[in-house]
Amino acid sequence: MDKRAYVLEFEKPLRELEKQIDELHQGALESDHDVSADIAAIEAKLEETKKEIYSSLTPWQRVLVARHPKRPYAPDYIAALFENFQELHGDRQFRDDRALIGGTAMFHGQAVMLVAQQKGRDTKENIVRNFGMPNPEGYRKALRLMHLAEKFGLPVICFIDTPGAFPGIGSEERHVAEAIAVNQREMARLRVPTISVVIGEGGSGGALGIGVTNRVLIMENAYYSVISPEGCAAILWKDRANAAKATEAMKISAQYLFEFGVVEEVIPEPLGGAHNDPAQTAAALDAALRKHLAELLPLSSDELVRQRYDRFRRLGVYTETTT
Amino acid sequence: MAHFTKPKLATSGRKKKSIPEGLWTKCPVSGEIVYNKDLEENLMVVPKSGYHFPIGAAQRIKALIDEGTFKEYDRNVKSADPLQFVDSVPYPTRIARYEKESGLTEAVICGMGRIHGIEVSLAVMDFRFCGGAMGGAVGEKITRAVERATAGKNPCIIISASGGARMQEGIFSLMQMAKTSAALARLSDARLPFISVLTHPTTGGVTASFALLGDVILAEPGALIGFAGARVIKETTKQTLPAGFQTAEFLLQHGLIDQIVSRLEMRDRLRDILLALFVRQTGTETKAPAAPETAATVG
Repeated sequence: MDKRAYVLEFEKPLRELEKQIDELHQGALESDHDVSADIAAIEAKLEETKKEIYSSLTPWQRVLVARHPKRPYAPDYIAALFENFQELHGDRQFRDDRALIGGTAMFHGQAVMLVAQQKGRDTKENIVRNFGMPNPEGYRKALRLMHLAEKFGLPVICFIDTPGAFPGIGSEERHVAEAIAVNQREMARLRVPTISVVIGEGGSGGALGIGVTNRVLIMENAYYSVISPEGCAAILWKDRANAAKATEAMKISAQYLFEFGVVEEVIPEPLGGAHNDPAQTAAALDAALRKHLAELLPLSSDELVRQRYDRFRRLGVYTETTT
Repeated sequence: MAHFTKPKLATSGRKKKSIPEGLWTKCPVSGEIVYNKDLEENLMVVPKSGYHFPIGAAQRIKALIDEGTFKEYDRNVKSADPLQFVDSVPYPTRIARYEKESGLTEAVICGMGRIHGIEVSLAVMDFRFCGGAMGGAVGEKITRAVERATAGKNPCIIISASGGARMQEGIFSLMQMAKTSAALARLSDARLPFISVLTHPTTGGVTASFALLGDVILAEPGALIGFAGARVIKETTKQTLPAGFQTAEFLLQHGLIDQIVSRLEMRDRLRDILLALFVRQTGTETKAPAAPETAATVG
């Protein structure tokens, strides 16, 4: 295991055990002592500690896993699950937003349209990808591709992974809120099957802008929230440092969202998060997508539109007294 | 538009607008002193400067709707506490306080009424209740107002004043954006007009859903309208915000809104727009036009 995988604060005990193992290896090279028994003992402890930490992640720790720099991003899933991805660029109005990509692909012999938010792996790529925060043109490109999908009868699969839509001057000047609003309205009446998967961060309106779909799935450690934990903490607790508190109060973890009926399925991740075994994660996502697509494909366009309307229509809790 | 003086616009140190209390009020733009009674009679618009103070939903409805024609709906739809949310105080305690302080049951009043004889489905938000934030109750009431318009073949008018989604209801608040937008898709498919009126302030999740989906979007002068907060944008981008950023005037220039309309002219303007988009006069009777034959081929 690449030790750089343990980068999160709560993974500190794992980092320390890794260090001990390294030191033993190093010592063994420099002398003739047989340390294999010691190493095995620490490795066993490492596995045990991993299980301990990862099987009882707090909601905030899950948020950190969802933001893990090694977490699989949309292109990783696209490469693993789909064939013949043809990326289609641009909103035909302003420019090509690299934080939101899309295009046609084959999924088990079925042509589909993919729409995905994309973060960068390093600083250089993150500048290109704008840290996965789309501008209005990203949402407009997404809508263009979804209309294209509708025209040619392709199901749409959206990968949601954004801290939020970009809060910038140009983004406001080109009306990002309008772009997100229009996407929701237009997605509500798309006449093809639509599925979205929250694979990492489901950051507020920026996520919902590609999330009004027949089915909404979420990875086990992903989150979906009306505001970032830090943003909520800054407003209600007057301090961003209270993000863990805000995370718990808002109940943004996958299991809650499933209980609330906001998502149809939670896709399991390997111990410690998707990045610990991307292939296993991709296989679980593949199975879930196949299942939901198979359920939606037989439905007529009218049924799809009605089902989607009813799905979102019932979300929300209020009281109503009769007087 | 020369009906009012253009307010001085600033992105920093913007004065917090609130409904004035006491005997008289100083206009923050011109400095003129206005008696509150006169201000109220003028719909909280300062006569000379044209500065718009906030106004409650009930007063607004009174000013817009033909006398005696307003019928309120869904008054009993109120906020629940789906997350058992507690920050410094429990969420239900906050709600009780907003109810008491504002005298309202929720951050929006919905109903049917006539504007110069034209029957409309109306939703009017009130910033005094939880900053007009949209939670499950607001989302449900607005959705019903849109559905009522669709079912009754009436135009829909929503007057927004909101800080955005209501954090205390978490993901349920976010989903109200999808719910209201989906309802507006059906209204649009039925070829019924939706006029969205943006007032100070209209921000966050409300802009990213129904408020910016109007067939026609009007705004009151000087209204703050935007998705992300100015502070967040400054912190994220480290850039200086342009003068007048996120004001109605700025957004008119940038092509988002159709018109800036003084509150004093709003009622007549809504009629004028509905006359063009919706009403076909047949003698004294008014009725909605038949949808064209091609109505089925949308999108």
